[in-house]
Order: sequence, then C-alpha cells, then structure tokens
Amino acid sequence: MSSSDFISSDLTPELTKVRDQIRKYAQDFGLDFFEVIFEMVDHEQINSLAALGGFPVRYPHWRFGMDYDQLSKGYEWGLQKIYEMVINTNPSYAYLMKSNNIVDQKLVIGHVYGHVDFFKNNYWFSKTNRKMLDNMANHAVKIRNYMDRYGQDKVEGFIDHCLAVENLIDPFLPFSIQKRKEPQGEDEAPKNMEPGRIKSDRQYMDHYINPPEFLDEQKKKMELQARKNKKNPSEPKKDVLAFMLENAPLEQWEQDVLSMIRDEAYYFAPQAQTKIMNEGWASYWHSRIMTEKALKDSEVIDFCDHHAGTMAMQPGRINPYKVGIELFRDIEERWNRGKFGKEYEECDDMVIKAKWDRKLGLGRQKIFEVRRVCNDVTFIDEYLTEEFVERFKLYTYAFNRRTNQYEIAERDFKKVKEKLLFQLTNMGQPFIYVTDGNFQNKGEMLLSHRHQGLDLDVKWTRETMRALAEIWKRPVNVETEVDGQKKIFTHQNGEFSEKFL
Amino acid sequence: MIYNIKRDHARFRAIVKGKIKQDLKKYVTHGEMIGRKGKDMVTIPLPQIDIPHFRFGDKEQGGVGQGDGKSGDPLGNGESQPGEGQAGNQSSNHMLEVELTLQELAEILGQQLELPKIEPRGHKTLKSKKERYTGIANQGPSSLRHFKRTFRETLRRQIATGIYNPDNPIIIPIRKDMRYRSWKTDVRHENNAVIVYMMDVSGSMGDEQKEIVRTEAFWIDTWLRSQYKGIETRYIIHDATAREVDQDTFFRTRESGGTLISSAYKLCEKIIETDYPPSDWNIYPFHFSDGDNWSGEDTRLCLEILEKTLLPVCNVFCYGQVESRYGSGQFYKDLKEHFGNQHDSVIFSKIENKEGILQSIKDFLGKGK
Repeated sequence: MSSSDFISSDLTPELTKVRDQIRKYAQDFGLDFFEVIFEMVDHEQINSLAALGGFPVRYPHWRFGMDYDQLSKGYEWGLQKIYEMVINTNPSYAYLMKSNNIVDQKLVIGHVYGHVDFFKNNYWFSKTNRKMLDNMANHAVKIRNYMDRYGQDKVEGFIDHCLAVENLIDPFLPFSIQKRKEPQGEDEAPKNMEPGRIKSDRQYMDHYINPPEFLDEQKKKMELQARKNKKNPSEPKKDVLAFMLENAPLEQWEQDVLSMIRDEAYYFAPQAQTKIMNEGWASYWHSRIMTEKALKDSEVIDFCDHHAGTMAMQPGRINPYKVGIELFRDIEERWNRGKFGKEYEECDDMVIKAKWDRKLGLGRQKIFEVRRVCNDVTFIDEYLTEEFVERFKLYTYAFNRRTNQYEIAERDFKKVKEKLLFQLTNMGQPFIYVTDGNFQNKGEMLLSHRHQGLDLDVKWTRETMRALAEIWKRPVNVETEVDGQKKIFTHQNGEFSEKFL
Repeated sequence: MIYNIKRDHARFRAIVKGKIKQDLKKYVTHGEMIGRKGKDMVTIPLPQIDIPHFRFGDKEQGGVGQGDGKSGDPLGNGESQPGEGQAGNQSSNHMLEVELTLQELAEILGQQLELPKIEPRGHKTLKSKKERYTGIANQGPSSLRHFKRTFRETLRRQIATGIYNPDNPIIIPIRKDMRYRSWKTDVRHENNAVIVYMMDVSGSMGDEQKEIVRTEAFWIDTWLRSQYKGIETRYIIHDATAREVDQDTFFRTRESGGTLISSAYKLCEKIIETDYPPSDWNIYPFHFSDGDNWSGEDTRLCLEILEKTLLPVCNVFCYGQVESRYGSGQFYKDLKEHFGNQHDSVIFSKIENKEGILQSIKDFLGKGK
C-alpha cells in the first residue's frame, strides 16, 4: 500500500485553474507556505483519512475504526460533512471532497493555504517532523510486524495502555535547552577532606579533636545523604512517557511501541496548542481571498452560507474558527489605528477611545508577527480585550448541582479570560508529573498532580493508573488533592486503594 | 487504504459487541439520548469506547460560551449542552445533533439496536381510506385540469378534423377536449395499535426516575409509531389510586403517598374494554414503577388481573423497573417469580440509570411482538 493509492484523480482542469489563481492571491497577500499537493477524494476516503488523523497509513488499531464509524454514520445521516483536511508535512497534503461545489472548493483551497502558512511559520510547529508521512507508515509496518510475531491482542492491548497516557508528555520539551547536568551530591564534597573533620595544626591533639568514631559516623551520614540525593528523576518530570521509556522494565518491542506512540503524540501536540489560532488564521485568509479576489457575484450566497455555518457559535461551546478569526481581525484593526500601548490603555474617555485612530497601519505586520510567535494560550492572554469579550457576548458557565443543568455564571472580563486560559493551558488537562521512580524504595512509581482548584475524576484516574501499572509493571501511586485534602492513590497488583496523607 | 480502515472498523464493532477484548467492554458508553418532539431535534447515541486519561471531574469544570442571557440562565434548555468533559476543548464530539424526522429516527434506532420489525397480530379489520389521483375524467373542477392531456386531446381533434396547420400550429381547446384528474379511493386494511403507559408516581419516584421514564417512553413511542399507522396512546398515573391523564400531566405530576399497582391495572383493563376491542387492536401496556407495592395482597391481585384479563388481549405486557433510592424492587421479583423467563407476552426490564435506557428498549422491543 502506498500513498499513491490516494491519488484517485488529479485536480480537474477547472480546479487546477482555481488552485493556481488562489495560490497566486495567497502569495500576493504575503502568505508563505510549503507546496501543497491537493488530492480529490470521495466521502468514503475522506472519512477514513480523517479517522486516521489525515495520514493514509497508520498502525492497526480499533480506535481508528471507531472514529470511522462515527464519521461515516454522521455523513450517512446527513449530520456532518468534512470539507477539507490538510496535514503538516513538507510538501503538505490536502484532501478535497469530490462532491463539493466549486465555491466550496475555492474557499477550502484558500483555507488550506492559510493552514500551511501557519504550519510553516508558527514557532510552535518549528520542531515538528515534516516527514511524518513516512514515519507514520514506518510505525505501521513495525507494529504490524510485532502483531504478527506476538499476536494482535497482545500488541493492541499494550497500545491501549500507552494511549491512556499519551497525553503525559511535555509539549515544551522540544523547545527547552538541555540544562547542564546537576552535579551529584558526592562530587560536591571535597575529596581530600574527611567529613566533619575540624582543621587543626596540632597533630598530636588530632585524636581528641577529631575522634575516629565521630568521623566514621559522619561519613555514614554523608553516604546515606548521597544515596538519598540520587533520586530519579532528579526533579519532577512532565514527560512521563520518556521517563517510563528509560526506566520501566520493558521488552524491546514494548519499548519500541511506546516510543512510537510518544513520537506521534509530540507530532500532534502543536495542533492542539494552536487550535484557535490555526483555524482563525486559515479562516481569516479564506475570507479575505474570497471576498476581495476570488468570489464571483453568482457565488456570494453560497459562500456566505458556508462561511456562516463554519463560524456559528453554539451555546456552551467556543468555536475556535469564530474566536480565532475575530481576534485576528481585532488585532489588525487595533494596530492599524494604534489602539494599544500606555497612552491608549490609560485613556479614560470612552468616546476618545472608540474614535482612536493614529493611522499607524501596522495591522498587517502585527498579525503576521502574532501568527509567528503565539500559541493559543499566549494569543488569548495577550490579545483578548475587555471590549472583545463584551462585543462577542462571551460568558463563563458552570454546572449547578441544584438545578442539574449548566448555567451562565459570569460575564466579567477577568473571569472569562481566566476560564478560557485555564481550558487552554495544558489543553485543559491536569498537570501530572513523575516525581519518583523508586517510591518507598520499592521500585514503585510516584506521580504528582499539581492541583489547581479542580479535583481529578477518580473513576478515570483509577483506569489510567491501571494502564500505567501495566507499562511500569510495578505499583503506581498518584499524589493529589480531593476536597482540599491531600491524598495518595495506589494501584497495586490490580487493586486500587487510597489514603489521606 | 479503504481495506485498512475496514479492518479497524470491524475490530471496533467486534469489541463493542463484546466478542473480543472483554476488558474493553466496560469502557463502552452510549451517549445520552435526548428526544424532543417539538422541534424534532434529537441527540443520537453512537457506541464509543473511551480510552481512560487523567482528567478533571465532569461537572466541575464549566467553561466559556457565547450568546445572550444573564447570570443564572440555563444554557439553552437541553440544547447542545457540553458533552462529557469536552467543554470547550473540542476534543471529542461523539454527541451528534441533527434535525431528523421521527421516521428517520426510528430507522436509526432500529438499526442501532437491531430491533426486529414488529409482526402485527393477524386481524386487519380496521379500514382506512386513502384517496389517490389515478385516472382521468372528462369533467371536473378546473383546478384539477390536466394540461398535457387536454392539449393532446385538442391536437388529436384538430388533426382529425383537418383544422390543424403545421405551419401555424395554434391549438384551441373546446369544452369537449378538457380532461381532468380524477381520484380513486383505496380502502386499506390497517393494523392499529394502542399504547397504554402506566406510571407509578408515588413519593418514591423522583425527578430522575421520571426523566428516565419520559425518555424511554419517547423512544418506544417513536419505534411503535414507525411500525403502525394511527397509533393511539393513553396515559395512566397511579399512587394508591389510578387516573387517566394527558401526556403533559403524565410526565410532570409528582404525587406522593402509597402505591397500589392494581389500581392502574384495573383502569387499564377498563380502558381496553371500552375503547379497544382486542380483535381490532394491537395493545401494548407499559408499566413503569420503582417496584415498591403496598402489600403482597395487592401484588397477588395484580398478578391475577394480568393473567386473567390483560395478558390474553395484549401483544405484550412490558414492565420497566426504574432503580430508585427508596424502592425495594420487590414487584420485579414477584413478577419474575410468577411468570418466569419463558412467558411469551410478559417482558420485564430493569433500568438502573440513564445508560440503561437503550438496553431496556431493546429488552422490550427486541422480540418483535
């Protein structure tokens, strides 16, 4: 099976023309993208591609089948339709639905160039493997071989366990500079000096000043201390997968599988970190390309219909397309009119503020800068303004146990921003670190949950710990807080227990 | 590529059906079914296997939304509430929402639960008339004028009489040429069905239990409607006494006090007797309760009514027991003891919680009766 199976047909002459035209428009606007290879697929193919995360070849696993099940049923029942898919590789591959009409294809092509520009230039994508297509295919071959050798159930079962913890990675790791190795405790002590010895010139008094028993005792203490200092990991580590790769007693194939899952998790991480920006950026550009250049009069209604459908917000959900595009537009306008900086912030007069226009025209430059350096967290943190929250009627909601439903909680800017940032930080998941690989000196693993106001879901924690224990092959502990009390969960030989600390 | 995904798909189906990898079966969840007849909006459940992850408690999280409303307003009554833990992070979307007609819905339900088509009981005595435009008549109202036929008739006459001139083809119909659509009345023999819902509304049935009954009744209704034309529904609520109510009251009332199940059965008996002669109707009594009857005496009476009068006339009698904190669940045991598992026309099902609804519907309707 090769990726060429996918090229079911080249672009039609009509679409080739459209593509060339839109590509030119995008370049004229200053977008800078990898070459994009467009492929035409039918709904069956796009559903399976989408289930496989955009890649034609993945390792066998039931969850791809599950996603396919949902996508294809959703399509059959007329609930949903995938218009486009694009993957972050160089060159990029984008899939167009055969059945789309020409307006949709135009829009989608514009959208795709926006995405690929983002992939290429956004800092958080800079460390991703642009040859992932090949890697995914290699993973598939390797895992299939393991399945042939050790049995599908066994290998798939292990993959299930790995997937339960695939989010325990550190998306910032690829960007951190390797720290100098901390010197170990032993090295710090001067070699030529015995611990606890008091300096003295009077050698004849030495026996009294530094009694040998005392020196021995000090030496033992020191050694004990040194052993304690030799903790693994030396400091809490967020990349639990890497820690297990290095320290768990894994068979060779297990190690290989775990490291492949980890690679794939790192590959997909930036997309989760930049969902709002990425979709916002692509939507911003498809909208500009279409409305300013590519759209024919007869196509306006169809375009508006499609565009509005993509941007629609539902109660209780944030549509990343909508928030993203509007924030980019907001930033552009603010920098065009100079609505930023100390003077503007400190201005109290709302009328002056509303009419503020320094005619700086820095908008374009600014949004390109933002797309280069930000991820969703910094994007929202830096550019979400009070006016914006008000204009788009954002609110926070919470679950009311009394009425048993979700209710609007607050419209306060600070609260909205806080909540939004919380949801985006660490992709809305709990911060889990591995803090000890030899807990209680029994080879158990200790994870710590950095509690930030929300408790872990106990049921899910149990199941995840079961998976962890399968990989670690020894008991696993999780330190967390439940209702304000410190607690430790333990999973040992299939048994789950908990106690207060 | 297609081959590849088909294999994964087959494997997923096998896991869901519990054929392989039993350990995963416990992670299989079905989305919650929310039915709303008014706007025909429903949420369709798809089987899904959740891979566990460390995550926050479901309802603790809340999130950010957009739109009108003031503090304290509910997020659009039941409308696209955030699914499990996905508030805002867009990670999963197994709750698909769409507008569907009830007919489509029933098809999907039938397909999902693998429900058999219902085999109606033999008598097709009810006649329904249906008018269909099938023929052509020389007379009729001009609103039914058949333009093409009239034209053809005129043309034929003009050619026959030699008036027609191909170089100047003017066609002028006269009264005799006019043709009209005409209809025929089809008499169809239909199977008619009535569902009698009975619900225990004694003090022990809380809001949650009612919600379960409401959801389940909606789906049963939807399915049976797809199988029969002109289905009728009747509603009975009971505590120590029974009375017939309209649909709205049925789902909203909260009474209190004791429970005499026999009162409902008696009323059901009476309704059937007066309005639905069993020779003409397929009859489906459904009874939902938390299984707490007042006395053993009354239970015996219930069994007697069931056996003597209700069962002989019903297609199937369904008893659904909703788990509640206060109910003893004794009635289920009594029924089971009395009728055992083999009795054809009694089906019981326990509904432990919302997730149990699907299984329970399958219990009730899976026999194709």
